[in-house]
Formats: sequence, C-alpha cells, structure tokens
Amino acid sequence: MQSVIELDNLTIRFGRQTVLKGLKGAFSGRAIGLLGPNGAGKTTLLHTLLGFYPPAAGTGRVFGYDIQREIKKIRHLIGYMPENDSFIADMTGIRFVRMMAELSGLPPSLALERAHETLFYVGLGEARYRKLGTYSLGMKQMAKLAQAIVHGPKLLILDEPTNGLDPPARQRMISLIRDIRATGETALILSSHLLRDVEECCEEVMILKEGEIVVYCNLEEERKANRKFLELEIIGDTQPFVEMAERLGCECAVQGGYRIKMVLPEQVHIRDLYSLAANKQIQIRKLNYKRDSLQDIFLKAMEGNRGSLQA
Amino acid sequence: MAVYKHSYQAYTGPLTSTSLRFLTLPRYAYQRIFGSRIFLALFLVCFLPPLVAAVFIYLQHNAKALQILQIPINELIPIDAAFFQVFLYIQCSLGFILATLVGPGLVSPDLTNNALPLYLSRPLTRRDYALGKISALLILLSLITWIPLSLLFFFEAKMAGMEWLWKNIRLEIAIVTGAWIWMLVISLLAVALSAWVKWRPIAGALIFGVFIVGGGFGALVNTVLFTNWGSLVNIAAMMDIAWRWLFRGEGTPNSLPVWSAFAGLVGFCGVCLLLLSKKLKAYEVVRS
Repeated sequence: MQSVIELDNLTIRFGRQTVLKGLKGAFSGRAIGLLGPNGAGKTTLLHTLLGFYPPAAGTGRVFGYDIQREIKKIRHLIGYMPENDSFIADMTGIRFVRMMAELSGLPPSLALERAHETLFYVGLGEARYRKLGTYSLGMKQMAKLAQAIVHGPKLLILDEPTNGLDPPARQRMISLIRDIRATGETALILSSHLLRDVEECCEEVMILKEGEIVVYCNLEEERKANRKFLELEIIGDTQPFVEMAERLGCECAVQGGYRIKMVLPEQVHIRDLYSLAANKQIQIRKLNYKRDSLQDIFLKAMEGNRGSLQA
Repeated sequence: MAVYKHSYQAYTGPLTSTSLRFLTLPRYAYQRIFGSRIFLALFLVCFLPPLVAAVFIYLQHNAKALQILQIPINELIPIDAAFFQVFLYIQCSLGFILATLVGPGLVSPDLTNNALPLYLSRPLTRRDYALGKISALLILLSLITWIPLSLLFFFEAKMAGMEWLWKNIRLEIAIVTGAWIWMLVISLLAVALSAWVKWRPIAGALIFGVFIVGGGFGALVNTVLFTNWGSLVNIAAMMDIAWRWLFRGEGTPNSLPVWSAFAGLVGFCGVCLLLLSKKLKAYEVVRS
C-alpha cells in the first residue's frame, strides 16, 4: 500500500526554535488524525507538507512526491482547509469556489459545475450567490470545506474543521468528513484539538508532543490490543473466584465487593472464567472488554513519550 | 457529483495547462474591476487619444478630406517620432490613473482576508501568484498603450507605404519597449504597494506619492549638491530619458546618462520585487 505521507528526519526551524524535530515514518492510513497540545507542531507539519515552510533538515514525501522538489505535483493532489478565516469577503460563494477550482486546474465550465455541486453538497446551495463576507462562522467553515474538495483531491488536509461550530453544525461537518472518507477516493489528515472529532473521523492517530511524534497507532488495533482487559460484575462470593482466577495467572483488582477488573494472560480464555464461576456457583452478570478510548491513548502519550513510533 | 445525489465524488475530468493557469487571476480581477461603471467609462476614455491620432494619420494621407475640411496640409502635425512619443506620454498618463485605481485592490484583499494559504495550497507558486496579479495590470495597460499605438504605427505604414515602415521601424520598437518598461515599473510599484498597504485609498495615494515625492526629492538633491544623480529617485525623469533615447536615439541634455536611467529603472523594479517577495507568504513566521 502506497504511503500517504513519508517523513524522513523532517526538521523545521523558525529562527533558533526547532518546531519539528527529525520526524520519521511512513504513514499509509486513509484517515489520519493529528493530535497534540498547542505548540506541538501539528499545523507546522501540515504547512510543511503543503510546501509553505522549507525543511531545515530532512524531507518529506506526499504520495511519493518530494515536498521540496515536486511541490506543484503534490498540490495537484491536495485539498486544504485552513484553520483560520481564509476567504475573499467581496466574492460570492459560487465565484470563490469556482475560482479555487480553476486555480486547481479545472476548465472554467467544469469548475462552475463542480462549484455548484460542491456548495450544494456542503449545504450552502441556497447561499451560494451571497457574498462570503455575509456568511456566518459555520457557513464560512463549510465554504472553506467546499473550496478544499471542489477539485476532488486525493488527500484532504483539514485543520481544525469544527472550530467555532455549534453542535448541529459540528455534526454536519463530521458527517461530511465521514462521507468523504467513506468514498475511499480521498485520504484525510485531520488536525484537531477535539479528541471526539478525531475519534469519529479517523482510523489512525498521530500524536505530536513538542515537535516529535510520540504515538502513531491504528485506533481499532489499539483497542484490540486491550482485549484481555476485562471488567466483570458478579453475584456470589468474590474472594474464592478471585483466588482461583489468580491461580490461572490473571491479574485481578476488586472494586466494591462485586466488580472485578481483570487482565487475562494469553492462555486463559473467557470460557475458562465461566467454568470457574460455575464451579464456585457464582453468577457473572456483566462482562465487558475494557477498550482504551482515544482520551486514554492521548493522556498516556502526554504523560511520557512512548519511546518509539508505532507505525 | 450530481446536485441531486448530494454525495461526494472525486474529479476525474480534464485539467488546464499549468503554465497558463496564473491567467485565472487577472480574469477574476477584471470581472470585479469592470463591474464598476466609473472604471468602465474611464477605460473607454483611454481610447479617445488613439482615435484622434488615427484621424490625424488619415487626414495626413487624404487630400480630399483635407480639402473638404479646409485644413492646409502644412498645418497638420507630422507623423514622426515626436508624434508617437507624445501619444505614448498621453496613453501612459491615462494608464497611470487606471493603475492607481486597479493596483491597490489586487493583493491587499487577499492579505486582509488571509486568503494566500488558499491560493498557495494549490498548484500555484508564489511566483505564479505574483505573475497573475501583475499581469492583471500588464494586460490592462497593454490594451491602452503599446497595442493601440502599434496599430497606429501600422495604420501609418499602410497609408505611407512599405518604405516608411522600414525607415521608421525603430519607432515601433520604441513604442513596444518604452511602453513595456513603463508598464513593468508601474505594475510592480502598484502591486508591491498593494501588498504592503492594506487600505486601498492610501495605497493609491502612495503610488502618486512615490512619483511626486521621488521627483521632489530628486530635484532637491540635484539643486543642493549641483549634480544630476538625484534624478535616480525620480522615476518620471528616468522614464523620460529612456523614452527619449528609444524614440530619438539621443540622451537628455543636463540630465543622467541613458545607461544610468535604465539601471535606475531596473533597480526600482528589483526593489518592488523584493518588497513583494517579503509579503507574499502563505503564513508569516514569527522567529524567536
């Protein structure tokens, strides 16, 4: 599978400050979430991939094209939705999106057609002849999304797409992003402070901290990795059950007398717990896999570097 | 992606040539500029002098018309280097007014609205963007300067015959070269000021200011230091020297050498390009 982005010791410096510190790795996820605290280097990484900042050392590649030597080819494949307000106030929505489509290489007539379709797609069909300066914040965000997808990019870079949106507008934005992802024709990189946005839209997550990648993981795989971590609620005498389980090699922690958190070793399966419970005449009323949420992954990453990139 | 389907689909159609894509920028600029009736009227007024010049040329070669109008042929302006130089002056002066109206609105709205990242995240380099914005002025000014004057030149050549054409071909070269030097100077100045000054009326006033203040300062230096080198900050004086040399093949008495005028104009364009490159960035980087 071709990597969407490859980073080869990518270093970015602004004056004496090193913002990105020798980032390395090949990332092939269809929807990568970019997380990190303020100043971690998320936006700088996106801007570097777009060719806005020249690397001080190393390089990067997008779909195999070098960000320093082949930036025009890269920009043909990218749609970018910036974080801040970016538009031309005295232009109508349709003219703005059409112009952006033409600048991406669409012939004028096709650009107009795509601009209409895209504005309808993002829900601005009725407002497309209004000037952008009169749009609400939510509408401006949608217009920014429209200009980013009007030319059908292979990679869509979204920088804080839900910034300033009320819950319904946020939900609409998220569902559009998920819809775009579902087509399978466009890879996504989504940078956000909101873990929920990333959790809902992305399959993989890259966490940056102080200019370094501290975590890169597939969310689903990360959750699967915790399959042996169980939460049980039982009725009956807890103590003998726990003792038997520990003899099998399980690590147990009892909470409130009836709730047990348990880590199973490789050789122990769920059915072994049920037979144990049957032997001890104990009822297992509830059994859940404890799944690491993105918040857990993020907090772990922020507590300390996990050492290496887990790509 | 059909409207009724409301679903996302990638674009797989044809693409335009990358080398000429920067021309999208002037096209959209014209849609905005020509939306103003005042500008349109002013633009049309710019074609009156060439029309008058065409009438002069026609009369010069039409004895019957002169007879009807009862104009003695020796009272007509001769069609020579001075004729074309004067009309180039007139057209460039009108173009200057157009440039002060159009120029300030070319880059400043993009900077004010933080739109540069949108342009520069597309297959459009900073150079393409600058070229697109400058070409908006270059195309507009071409329409009222060297193109009508060249048409006049060839009109005169048609009326006077091929011998006149070959004898005066230098005039056509002077028209095209002189107009292009002026257009580059004024376009670069207007676009550079548009990038640095966000408020359009101030940017427009500054274009005038560069000419007036530069001229005044140059004259002051020349008077105080008993020199001609102060004219190096006087764009109008340098243009005058360049045009005079192009049209008549001679320098201007008591003024800068011709080479220094050309060098001064090149230097001025270089400064404008430098100013432009400092400002045309997707994002400003705050260095610590």
